[in-house]
Amino acid sequence: MAVKTQKAAAAVQNASVPASPNFFKAMLAVARKDLTAELRSRELLSAMLVFSMLVILIFNFALELEPDIRRKVTAGVLWATFAFAGTLGLNRSMAIEKDRGCMDGLLLAPVDRSAIYFGKVISNLVFMLIVEIVVLPMYGVLYGVNLFQPGLLGVILLGSIGYTAVGTLISTMTVQTRMRDVLLPILLFPIAIPVLLAAVKASNGFLSGAEFSEILAPLNLLIVYDVIFIAIAFMVFDFVVEE
Amino acid sequence: MKSKPTTLAALDIVSIIVLGISTYLALVFAPTEAVMGQVQRVFYFHIGTAWVGLLGFILAAVTGVIYLVTKDLKWDRVEVAAVEVSLIFFFITIVLGSVWARPAWNTWWTWDPRLTTAAVTELIYVAYFMLRQGIEDPERRARFGAVYTLLGGISAPITFMVIRMFRTIHPVVIGNQSAEAQGGFSMTADMRVAFFFALFAFTVIFIDLFWRRIRLADLQEKVEQLRLKVTI
Repeated sequence: MAVKTQKAAAAVQNASVPASPNFFKAMLAVARKDLTAELRSRELLSAMLVFSMLVILIFNFALELEPDIRRKVTAGVLWATFAFAGTLGLNRSMAIEKDRGCMDGLLLAPVDRSAIYFGKVISNLVFMLIVEIVVLPMYGVLYGVNLFQPGLLGVILLGSIGYTAVGTLISTMTVQTRMRDVLLPILLFPIAIPVLLAAVKASNGFLSGAEFSEILAPLNLLIVYDVIFIAIAFMVFDFVVEE
Repeated sequence: MKSKPTTLAALDIVSIIVLGISTYLALVFAPTEAVMGQVQRVFYFHIGTAWVGLLGFILAAVTGVIYLVTKDLKWDRVEVAAVEVSLIFFFITIVLGSVWARPAWNTWWTWDPRLTTAAVTELIYVAYFMLRQGIEDPERRARFGAVYTLLGGISAPITFMVIRMFRTIHPVVIGNQSAEAQGGFSMTADMRVAFFFALFAFTVIFIDLFWRRIRLADLQEKVEQLRLKVTI
């Protein structure tokens, strides 16, 4: 797997050398490399999926999800599951780059470094969305809730974008520290609290069929959070990978 | 080695004096609040420590950005000093708030926007020190620290806005009075004296501690350099 990633990293370099550094091309190349590697091994996705199911199972007994309680806590349970499963993916996607020196290969590529960041965000986002697409119907079947509402899916997309945007930046930092995977949730959760809370609030609104004007406030905050943190990460990513 | 600068020594003494005066103003001079009684006196120090706590966190985010631009490790030392001193002051704020909340709200803690944001902010800066501890290279430690204080400084106000969507019971004493707020009150002239003096006193104490912490970091750096020179 690591060899594959290394080869793919080399391919990224080669691909971007002849063409003048094309930001979007490089970004998509990084994302494609991650997705191809993952589709061949399926290590990460299977781990994230099994982990999500276990978290839901634990919540089921911890909260004793009776029908009337279920209605109120569904959004919270879903987002806690996504956040926990998300840290697995974020950790792994940066750790595989660091372990075999693939990160250095990526950094040597003559492209804007934020292209690497956005490529990583895209692949992390895709992993997270795949997990969510599997977890949602499963949760729906197990608890008899219809989760396929366009509004809720939109909230999940916005929330996942914010979460992976910050998560990718922070996991790039934590893989370079001594404690590594232990440190990621500790650093990520307090920063990601706004996005998780706003997502829970907005999801709850859609699930309980609230007026759209009530959901608008958390929805706006989600968009604001996404925009601000993507902009910040874009500006500071250089400082995080600099040697 | 240079001994302690006289200004700093003088500031130490001034800090102790203003703390004494502020304590007197809060505990004796200010009138007892009619509804809440004596426990309201906690308010003066609560606001004083909260103010310098926030001041330090903002300072840390600003010096973090300055470090990223200048790459001068001096700014990293200022940033650490600001976070460290503020972390303690903010913790005192939370404890004092709890002391007040027990009789006023009949609970030590509630998940109100201000309280939750304060708790999350404390956790962000505790995480900041854990991040720093895990990195040996001082230059990388400074870079990551600066990036993280920047993220934290932006995320904390958004946390506040998000949690405000749920109902608040924290009183708003300064500015508009919320009828819903539990335990709000309007200040008399004497209370205002105690209040503004507490703000002033804690600002002086903050500057004193902040200065000392920066000086400590500078001395540590100097010792490190001397040690390197000896081993060579």
